[in-house]
Amino acid sequence: MSSLEIRDLVVALTATPEKPIVKGLNLTIKTGEVHAIMGPNGTGKSTLSKAIAGHPDYTITGGDVLLDGKSILEMEPDERARAGLFLAFQYPSEIPGVSIANFLRAAVQARMAEGEELDATGYYKKLYSKMDLLKIDRKFTSRSVNEGFSGGEKKRCEILQMAMLEPAFSLMDETDSGLDIDALKIVAEGVNAMRGEKLGVLLITHYQRLLDYIVPDFVHVMYDGRIVKSGDKNLALELEAKGYDWVKTDLATA
Amino acid sequence: MSDIDTLPPADETAVNPVGGIDQAVGDFQYDVNYEFDAGTGLNENTVRYISSVKKEAPWILEFRLKALKTFLEKPMPTHWATTDLNNIDFSKIRYYLSQGQKPKRTWDEVPDDIKKTFERLGIPEQERKFLAGVEAQFDSEAAYSNIKDIVAKQGVIFCNSTEALREHPEIFKKFFGKVIPTGDNKFSALNSAVFSGGSFIYVPPGVKVAQPLQAYFRINAENFGQFERTLIIADEGSEVVYMEGCTAPKFSTSTLHSAVVELVALKGAKIQYITVQNWANNVFNLVTKRGVAHEDAEIKWIDCNIGSRLTMKYPGVVLKGKRARGEVISIALANDGQHQDTGAKMIHAADDTTSVIVAKSISVGQGRSTYRGQVHIPKHLKGCKNNTECDALLINSNSRTDTYPAITVRGDTHAVQHEASVSKVNEEQIFYMQQRGLTEAQAMSLAVNGFVNDLVRQFPMEYSVELKRLIDLEMEGSVG
Repeated sequence: MSSLEIRDLVVALTATPEKPIVKGLNLTIKTGEVHAIMGPNGTGKSTLSKAIAGHPDYTITGGDVLLDGKSILEMEPDERARAGLFLAFQYPSEIPGVSIANFLRAAVQARMAEGEELDATGYYKKLYSKMDLLKIDRKFTSRSVNEGFSGGEKKRCEILQMAMLEPAFSLMDETDSGLDIDALKIVAEGVNAMRGEKLGVLLITHYQRLLDYIVPDFVHVMYDGRIVKSGDKNLALELEAKGYDWVKTDLATA
Repeated sequence: MSDIDTLPPADETAVNPVGGIDQAVGDFQYDVNYEFDAGTGLNENTVRYISSVKKEAPWILEFRLKALKTFLEKPMPTHWATTDLNNIDFSKIRYYLSQGQKPKRTWDEVPDDIKKTFERLGIPEQERKFLAGVEAQFDSEAAYSNIKDIVAKQGVIFCNSTEALREHPEIFKKFFGKVIPTGDNKFSALNSAVFSGGSFIYVPPGVKVAQPLQAYFRINAENFGQFERTLIIADEGSEVVYMEGCTAPKFSTSTLHSAVVELVALKGAKIQYITVQNWANNVFNLVTKRGVAHEDAEIKWIDCNIGSRLTMKYPGVVLKGKRARGEVISIALANDGQHQDTGAKMIHAADDTTSVIVAKSISVGQGRSTYRGQVHIPKHLKGCKNNTECDALLINSNSRTDTYPAITVRGDTHAVQHEASVSKVNEEQIFYMQQRGLTEAQAMSLAVNGFVNDLVRQFPMEYSVELKRLIDLEMEGSVG
């Protein structure tokens, strides 16, 4: 079992390090668990996931992030990725001229030991089995990464990458945004198919809707850069019923 | 099709699984004793020395001396080109270095010190695998030159310019200096004065050379100038593919490479000329390349420029016969401290001629790329077509790219299309790829490979692999 431990984490934009966005956040995720972070817009949810992945726009000014007890803060984004962290992007980038199949192949190759050669037959076999699992058409992977993709296709591409790279922890940043209900179901089915003791998931979402399809083990409410409430899946329903103002007033009276 | 946008193993020097091409960079040098040395600096004696060691006919010496005069008279073209040209000190360059003028026919006969250079570059192995013939030039002369029997029996001539002048003067003289006259530019004049080596190819009518012929140009000596002269004649209805590669070690002083390449495609012939060059970044690479395409003939230049301090090269096609077709595919990668000033020229001189230019440039860091294109369609012609596409990719904000397309079209029955685009690899794309486990260099390399992918797909497999490897190495070097 692996663990991802976020300790008193303080994150700011690299441009304005004196103005923290995440203000001392604590959370531990173990493989096998699905955690959902919910919260109003601008509360630091996406900042949290990008900072953990090592995005250069964000600087961690306090606290630590530990993967199996070891700090990852000194690691480059690609080292963090190879160590087992996956970020499903809210807005995935386009890579013109590079097919999904070749992109994934490069990513798989990057995880292999120096001098070790990728077995092309084995690679495609695995790719096709994951595509079948996610009900993705074979033609999909010959398209350039995210180029001209619909919102649903982009998310599907993210899920396929996650399935192929088999991370220990997946940070899913607003994976549901911009998806219609059918696309949402496909994404959820994909995540559910991968769910298991080898994978820990941090779902970041604004809406309860996604949690109807991916039922979390834990729900955390984030507000003003911190987790202010934690509970089980019922917390999400309560939040949906009462709205985020409930959290704010609750906090004010606390 | 080649699998160009997959990455190699993290170990950049690993052996290439596909082409069997040695993965080591060209940055190495073995000590060589030169038997023939024209000394440093350029004057009439230098030219006479070169001509005499080659035992040339008097008309060639005369040609050379006249060219020297033209070279000295012509000003540096800094009124339109970069003033970096003024940093070339012609008095400090060595113009001729060799161990002899006769190339060996087998690798066993090639002197060890030279042989090991080419072995390290993987040339003998490539020859066995997929080439119809190889010429390997070491500084001024070919050390090795061979053509497979089966090709030679078809009447194909493949040798270097020194041999061609001795053994095939009648064909050589007929075409030599006709496509690119001595006075075309200052550097064509310089080449005409001191040329040595380069390939001479003649393909008889109707002969289609099945495998490519290849030349490899290696600069080994410091302060050296390499001036090869290539002349390719494809007789009526024949076809040939010629490929060239080049490397040099990294010296602290500058090196000059100034070639002249002339192609003649007679009626219905096809010539494809592929260059993948990887010069060290102290090399001034100033090359004039042009072909004449006669009726129904086709000339295609595939020109990949990586490395060098300054490259100025604009392969051209004179479309001389009806329905002739010219194409230039140009890829230039300018890294820190490099300036790739490249492009194409298409001179339409007959009805119903077609030209295509696709130029893609990549500027990294402080690297600068410039596209210069010239398309000329005069008024009296009918039914000519040109399609020009220039795309630039910038990697990081300090890069610079300029486009100077000059398209002159007169008359109203022509179809001309010009498209240009500039795109950037942004931090977000790099981060996205890094998040999937690629290093920053691998991510940049993948972005560049994606950018040129549609062009590289047209290359022979071995060369697309080689180009991809060179892009990887350049990107590796550009990450601090």
